[in-house]
Amino acid sequence: MHKLYWLRLLRIGVSVFFLILTSLIFLDPAQWIPHWFTSAVVWPQFAPSVLKFTVSVGLAAAGFILFTLLAFLFGRVYCSSVCPVGTLQDIISWLRKRFFKQKPLKYARPQNVLRYVLLALVVISFIFGTSLLVNLLDPYSNFGRIMTNLVRPVFLAGGNGLATILEKNDIFWMPKTTFKAYHLTSLGFATGFLLLIGWMSFVRGRLFCNTICPVGSLLGLFSRFSVFKISLDKVACNSCGHCSKVCKAQCIDVKSKEVDFSRCIACYNCLDACPSYGVLLSLKRDPHLLVSGVINPDQNKNRRTILKAVMLITAFATTRSFAARVTGGEKPTEIPEDKNNYASPPGSYGHDHFNKNCTACHLCISVCPTHVLQPSFLQYGLHGLMQPYMDYHSGFCNFDCTLCSDICPTGAILPILPEKKKLEQIGIAKFIEKNCVVYTDNTDCGACSEHCPTKAVDMVPYKDGLTIPLVDEKICIGCGACEYACPTKPYRAIFVEGNLLHIQAEVPVHDEIVIEETEEDFPF
Amino acid sequence: MKRRDFLVNSVSAGLVTGAAVGFGDVASLAAATLQVQNDWDLVAVRDGEPEVMFDWAIASLGGMSKYVKKGQKVVVKPNIGWDVSPERAGNTNPKLVGRIVKHCLDAGASEVYVFDNTCDAWNLCYKNSGIEKAVKDNGGKIVPGNTESYYKTIQIPKGKSLKEAKVHELILNSDVFINVPVLKHHSSASVTLAMKNLMGIVWDRRYWHRNDLHQCIADMVTWRKPTLNIIDGYRVMMRNGPRGVSEADVVTMKQLIVSADIVAADAAAALIFGSKPEDIPHIRIAHEMKLGNMQLDKLKINRIKI
Repeated sequence: MHKLYWLRLLRIGVSVFFLILTSLIFLDPAQWIPHWFTSAVVWPQFAPSVLKFTVSVGLAAAGFILFTLLAFLFGRVYCSSVCPVGTLQDIISWLRKRFFKQKPLKYARPQNVLRYVLLALVVISFIFGTSLLVNLLDPYSNFGRIMTNLVRPVFLAGGNGLATILEKNDIFWMPKTTFKAYHLTSLGFATGFLLLIGWMSFVRGRLFCNTICPVGSLLGLFSRFSVFKISLDKVACNSCGHCSKVCKAQCIDVKSKEVDFSRCIACYNCLDACPSYGVLLSLKRDPHLLVSGVINPDQNKNRRTILKAVMLITAFATTRSFAARVTGGEKPTEIPEDKNNYASPPGSYGHDHFNKNCTACHLCISVCPTHVLQPSFLQYGLHGLMQPYMDYHSGFCNFDCTLCSDICPTGAILPILPEKKKLEQIGIAKFIEKNCVVYTDNTDCGACSEHCPTKAVDMVPYKDGLTIPLVDEKICIGCGACEYACPTKPYRAIFVEGNLLHIQAEVPVHDEIVIEETEEDFPF
Repeated sequence: MKRRDFLVNSVSAGLVTGAAVGFGDVASLAAATLQVQNDWDLVAVRDGEPEVMFDWAIASLGGMSKYVKKGQKVVVKPNIGWDVSPERAGNTNPKLVGRIVKHCLDAGASEVYVFDNTCDAWNLCYKNSGIEKAVKDNGGKIVPGNTESYYKTIQIPKGKSLKEAKVHELILNSDVFINVPVLKHHSSASVTLAMKNLMGIVWDRRYWHRNDLHQCIADMVTWRKPTLNIIDGYRVMMRNGPRGVSEADVVTMKQLIVSADIVAADAAAALIFGSKPEDIPHIRIAHEMKLGNMQLDKLKINRIKI
């Protein structure tokens, strides 16, 4: 047995642990999980952490630094043990091995142009102000969408079923939760991504991680310089290929006895697979390499590939067509209430900051207690695809709640104190008198004003003793309670026009209540 | 009954039995020793803590056992509509709800359920109103009302605007229905009271708002009248209702109204708030539909000052 055989077991344990935790935070039916726990679970996620670091430097955003350091020490530890999509693929690979008789994996050539071009595109497009490619390619965010859009509804349906059974027996411990987030775009992307990685991992192990995944490609760049690397003992190795068969990254070339460590996802399957203990995990200078003095000719070739890729990208980016095209066209016209802009969640500063930093992992959608956060289609334009928006037909923003800002892993929604949040104007209520029940039916309604937490929507005298809504825009925070509560169909009589830039609303001012001399008796 | 009489009677009874006057004792002693008039139409109590005022009120009505028989299922419907603290008075006082639950269980109820179809997120409302804890501490069951699956369609043959509604199954399955609203200002209905509180037992409130709100409120009462209406006027939101903006909207009044007549209870509470019952359209409509009596001078009212 290899003396480091336990590394593989450790990796399996840690990866399953993280997969379970990362899944759970997306499945919580009723805010049982405290937000600090959720934040801790997503802290190590690489891409969100990088994004968060760009908006708020600090320990809360330092997860990626840890895994960068680990990459320089041991290689792609993130990919092997923390990345939920990585573990998901490992499970699929394992199932394939367990239940399907197929030829084992073998060494494959690297797809360096593809992976570094994609990485460069992601980085450059982000610098140019759109997180769309991170959004589409980041494994954690894709995992979040799979959990939120595919697994969560099934999980909740199961939970609701269980709740029904328990309630029949007079036990009300398990709450029922309505799932509202059926949005075709997100559902489609989540399904598509799941099928893609399902197929890729079924056929070629961690192919996704070494061709498409930008986090994998970036960490791969780092791991080229790792202190400790997997290598083959040139003397002990007889090119039997046992290690290569268990290598999910297909990066062990037994013919040349070389390991492409940039593609190694640090699963440590190979260590114990070698019958002659020829797989080494050692300081990068292989003693045998040093003795023989052989310089890996692939090293130079790889460097050339990277250079080529970078040049290709630069040429592409200079056309500037990319960023320009995806940020345009933000005025959807199919909105019944003539809404020009949807509101972004409080703490996100406004559309620019939010769209730039959100990777649409949908964690906030999963934890939002009122379901007001829903995945967008083109509500923000293409560059905000699938990012959550305030859907006031689905719910409204709970006045005292700051949960989404507490757990957002990318810093798209930054932590906001409840007292500040209560004045954060994310939009302004607009009243359409001719849609209002009071106007059309001459009856009382006031549903909008009832729900308004600041009384920005107040009822003022109308006629025949009736009252009708009047909006004080200065103290309106755009929470959408009025739009949600408005009973008129199909078009609401009051709706929130989102603020592109969030501003501070004025504090509602009311006089002291003057109480009449308290009567010692009853008024009847 | 005057406060002094009640006290004198209680104290003398306490002396006779040698029992300390605590909760339970007050109620049972009062019931046992006072000249209990079982035919009060309405009891109004003031100047006590919420739970103490209820002890006195229910004692003077003959105790909870008059309304709750052994083995019966009871549903208590407070207002838990908003994610606000008890001090904001947006929801029914948790101490009052807790004490009602205890009285029901002491009277032999097999189960006491508490729920509301909330406006804000239900779990936050239940928690931050303090009602979830108060109910559990007193042995009741707090039940969600947050999904449509809990609501069953019922017909309202006597309704004018509201002919059909989906009502929480607990209302359908319970023997006793105790309605516990909080007295407060309401932006569209001027005050919100016992009848208005019934909007929390149905699923689709928007229909009511679209179809003559006040008529719908009255129509619902034709379907089922609560066994007892207990209006919490301990802290009263005087403006910016029904949610309120801050504690500055709240005045501590220390009042409680209890009546089996939902219209009378609302009329009394409206007067305490400073409104005329006939100015509240749904009270007037309900009175005209003979669902209760808003003319308080025609009723036997027990006024208790603590």
